[in-house]
Amino acid sequence: MPAPRTLFEKIWDEHAIEAPGEQTLLYIDLHLVHEVTSPQAFESLRLNGRGVRRPERTLATADHNVPTDPISTPVSDPVSRRQLEALEENCQEFGITVFPRGHENQGIVHVIGPELGVTQPGMTIVCGDSHTSTHGAFGALAFGIGTSEVEHVLATQTLPQQKAKSMAVTLEGTLRAGVSAKDIALAIVSSLGTGGGAGHVIEYRGAAIRDLSMEGRMTICNMSIEAGARAGLVAVDDTTIEYLRSRPSVPRGDEFEVAAARWRTFVSDDDATFDSEISLRADEIVPSITWGTNPAQVVSLDGVIPSPDAVADPDERSTTERALAYMGLTPGTPVTSIPIDVVFIGSCTNSRIEDLRVAAALATGRHVAEGVRALVVPGSHRVKKQAEAEGLDRIFLDAGFEWREPGCSMCLGMNPDQLGAEKRCASTSNRNFEGRQGRGGRTHLVSPAVAAASAVLGRFASPEELS
Amino acid sequence: MKPVRVVEGRAVPLERSDVDTDQIIPSDWLKRVERTGFGRGLFSEWRDDPDFVLNRPDYVGASILVAGPRFGIGSSREHAIWALMDYGFEAVIAPSFGDIFVNNASKQGLVIVVLGAADVDELTALIKADTTRLVVVDVERRSVEVPDAGFQRRFEIDPLTRERLLNGWDDIGLTLLRESEITAFEATEKAPDLEGIFDDAGHVR
Repeated sequence: MPAPRTLFEKIWDEHAIEAPGEQTLLYIDLHLVHEVTSPQAFESLRLNGRGVRRPERTLATADHNVPTDPISTPVSDPVSRRQLEALEENCQEFGITVFPRGHENQGIVHVIGPELGVTQPGMTIVCGDSHTSTHGAFGALAFGIGTSEVEHVLATQTLPQQKAKSMAVTLEGTLRAGVSAKDIALAIVSSLGTGGGAGHVIEYRGAAIRDLSMEGRMTICNMSIEAGARAGLVAVDDTTIEYLRSRPSVPRGDEFEVAAARWRTFVSDDDATFDSEISLRADEIVPSITWGTNPAQVVSLDGVIPSPDAVADPDERSTTERALAYMGLTPGTPVTSIPIDVVFIGSCTNSRIEDLRVAAALATGRHVAEGVRALVVPGSHRVKKQAEAEGLDRIFLDAGFEWREPGCSMCLGMNPDQLGAEKRCASTSNRNFEGRQGRGGRTHLVSPAVAAASAVLGRFASPEELS
Repeated sequence: MKPVRVVEGRAVPLERSDVDTDQIIPSDWLKRVERTGFGRGLFSEWRDDPDFVLNRPDYVGASILVAGPRFGIGSSREHAIWALMDYGFEAVIAPSFGDIFVNNASKQGLVIVVLGAADVDELTALIKADTTRLVVVDVERRSVEVPDAGFQRRFEIDPLTRERLLNGWDDIGLTLLRESEITAFEATEKAPDLEGIFDDAGHVR
């Protein structure tokens, strides 16, 4: 009988072309491309007289750099415009399907892959973006790469990779009401630290993970990289199969059932062992928020800003002091007393239809607090269209939120959606690094529900405070 | 990439942990389609502070960066490597690094040296005490030395990365030597491709 294997090992084994010594040459099923990390790769292909080996395993979209103004408004920044044009030209030259700004399939790369059904269980998926881990929610091995590796995959459809270790993160129990997948993600990153997952592929397991929708699972896999892990995985189950059924890129009819039967094998065997394991109690997780400048600096929403005095390690203490100074926060301040300037609902972490429904439900019949700017940036045109069909755009607009065009937007502030210096933002994105959303900006990571409640009350707030 | 056997020069003590790639090169710089000229953007938000270590005249021309744990976490942007190298750094020494950052560095020939936290602290103290001290990173011997202080440590580097650095090998060229194996593998690949799903304008057929 073959030895029991983890889900990670099954996908790895199925894609290992051969293993010469230290590294394995891994076949890549799907390469997602966007405008920011690809132009230098295409240029290098040209300089070396190389082509794209499998354009039909490559898909491109504009996302990081696109303005979220109405599509009729031209891209005013000439450097951004040039990069967006370069993506289209490169894709045309090398025969790659591309969704430019305004295209019906355009959106954040980690939103469109799943919604189009091009992300499928058992696949190897790469993209020049660290949040590629998102696609692991489908039982696919998906990880972020740099531009040299983008070029490597374009030229060879393979990557030499050192095999990662496996880690099981298990969440037993049931989530309390009002606690979301984002709170789980923050709890995991807080527990592992920013480097705890380094060198590992994490498989998220347990009842609380099984209970989540695909959107929730994507939120958790998305933030694997914030704990240092390149990839996160969730085993395939009925929720996975039902999400994929009727997506544009999956087989139809009987062929779908054949594909689904194969997909269902992408689970860890019962007796498979992991290199490391941690477990968290789902019922102990509470609505949370980051207070500092890395995503592991998490505090519960009903808590207070921590004090450096409580930190024993001198290096960690100075890191804490630095973060508090940057964030303009005083230890001991109750989180829900802190006023905010901006709310950002969007990003590859939380811009899917389910996220927008949660936020809209809280915005219904209420209004954004005076002096607060609140942006809603759907993850893709398909999400936007769906939301508009459900009337969510009207709810947001009536409540004083901006309803914008899709893109990465204020998550990383490459486009004009930037957070001003010393402005405080409740953001549904994934990184609270210094200057991430705009030079000098102060980012606090929260769930869509907390973002919406905070927009209404003008300070960090739990959804329960609205009822 | 160019072969790298030894990096020697002055070293800059960064003394910060969790330095993410957004700090190394802010996203505003990522709009460019070129691969050169990123040195000016290196740590650009911190360089506004006149007291920031890179602004000190005694570290001008340094080729080695000494940092705290978890250097290069976060975004996969290879621009972080381009910025460090364009600025003049040829090696980074820290107790730990982000995984993608290490991969990216290996493709460009930036030498990544992992030393224990206590060793990094000791090295930091040495280069702070005398900013002109010569630090030597020897890829071939897998060692870090401060000759005038008698500091010498070995570091771990995976044999393939070391070979690639020493020979300046191009990864893609190496992989393309195995073209026939890739083609044979493709004949058995089960995951579908996108053939026939989208029309020429990218709409679902």
